[in-house]
Amino acid sequence: MLHIKCPHCGMRSQNEFSYGGDASVKRPELGKETSDEEWNNFVYNRKSLRGKHWELWQHLSGCRQWIKVERDTATHEIFNTLKANEEIS
Amino acid sequence: MQKYSIFSLVKNAFSNHENWDLAWKDPTPKSEYDVVIIGGGGHGLATAYYLAKEHNITNVAIIEKGWIGGGNVGRNTTIIRSNYMYDDNALFSEFGMDLWRKMSQDLNYNVMFSPRGIINLAHSDAQMNVYARRGNSMRLNGIDAELLNREQVKEIIPMADFSENVRFPIFGGLMQPSAGTARHDAVAWGYARQADSMGVDIIQNCEVIGFDISGGKIQGVRTSRGNIKAKKIGLCVAGSTNILAEKLNMTLPIETHLLQACVSEPVKPVLDKVVTFGAGHFYISQSDKGEMVMGGDLDGYNSYAQRGNLPTLQHVLTEGIAMMPFLSKLKMLRTWGGIMDMSMDGSPIIDKTHIEGLYLNCGWCYGGFKATPASGWTFAHTIAQDRVHELNAGYNLNRFNTGHLLDEKGLGTKTWIS
Repeated sequence: MLHIKCPHCGMRSQNEFSYGGDASVKRPELGKETSDEEWNNFVYNRKSLRGKHWELWQHLSGCRQWIKVERDTATHEIFNTLKANEEIS
Repeated sequence: MQKYSIFSLVKNAFSNHENWDLAWKDPTPKSEYDVVIIGGGGHGLATAYYLAKEHNITNVAIIEKGWIGGGNVGRNTTIIRSNYMYDDNALFSEFGMDLWRKMSQDLNYNVMFSPRGIINLAHSDAQMNVYARRGNSMRLNGIDAELLNREQVKEIIPMADFSENVRFPIFGGLMQPSAGTARHDAVAWGYARQADSMGVDIIQNCEVIGFDISGGKIQGVRTSRGNIKAKKIGLCVAGSTNILAEKLNMTLPIETHLLQACVSEPVKPVLDKVVTFGAGHFYISQSDKGEMVMGGDLDGYNSYAQRGNLPTLQHVLTEGIAMMPFLSKLKMLRTWGGIMDMSMDGSPIIDKTHIEGLYLNCGWCYGGFKATPASGWTFAHTIAQDRVHELNAGYNLNRFNTGHLLDEKGLGTKTWIS
């Protein structure tokens, strides 16, 4: 069982959250010329490495806010959580 | 190589079974091979076997970080089927079914293939329509499929919950009678033994550290047991694909996720089919030892842990008990996890890459075990001939660029949603 510290509500159990995938993926900017390769990288291609991983979670059964979580994909240790609009440093 | 038979069994009984040959050797890696296969799982071992058998390429090494049979080939729920709707998936899997039927004879190793049939349960009229469509597609591709109504299902699996007052009543199901199970360890060991006997070096406890590439061509691989030169290298590393891709400066449409399975204590024979729950993600069969073998959803977030978390297991078994209430009385014997190479459309990739001499076999999601022979056969063809076979043409890497996805389940790119 993971325990995730929601930046809005504090420490809560994994059961309250749903997963949203890699948080480092950025959508190509609107109104700019975007190559097929950039779209591919956004839609399909993922690093998905062993170790530290920034990812999106939604506190679905809580405040319903999307948050960013830095978690180790091998040990599940959670290092850091951010609000969705906070930049990953 | 010593042939396994009733006669060799009797003969060795006289010497207390102490004089059997080793099933495969433990060689020191040579400095160069014609082909190096990375990953000594089912797919890697099968690839080496078919390289030797079909293409007479025997100067081959399999490099395995751990021990053969210790990864997903020993962690799956042993289900074999070809109940796919799309042509690319159906023809590929049905080709594999033929190889499964012949495997024990072919490998001189009893893989205990048991074509007991699989039933996908339906819980609504809409689902029955979808299954009718899939069944028709299967039959057009020469695969056996039978649409069962509620009464027919009840006759086959009376232990399922057929009471009226349930959340997901059983409307019927789609059965593939020729589907089944096999002993997964025997598949790995059978392929390993035959490949070894034809000259393939199986090198265990050998981790890949990096690759040597020059002029866009693969030159060799650097390992924890020294550098090995090879003009052709095949990747068959399932959940570790992303780790090797990073060493190759490639980013792939693959995410690594964890899938759990479990077995109950052994009970007397109760279930002689593989059954899947249609209102969620749960599947069950009974092993020859009597254990109920069960599995279901991914843990739901990227993971290399090879060990699962309890909320998912609880969720999956809740579905199981909804489908077959007697399961609630059984004790759990064992649970475990394996790491899946989840592709972005749910279908695998068997293809060449932009690096000459480097071949890719990954993206097997939940369905790697049943694909073992067909994957090995087509990957061996792709490596030996340096071109894809028509059976794996649809499993190309470029489909994510061109939009020709093979999204059998219609789940899109959110692999953790099940």
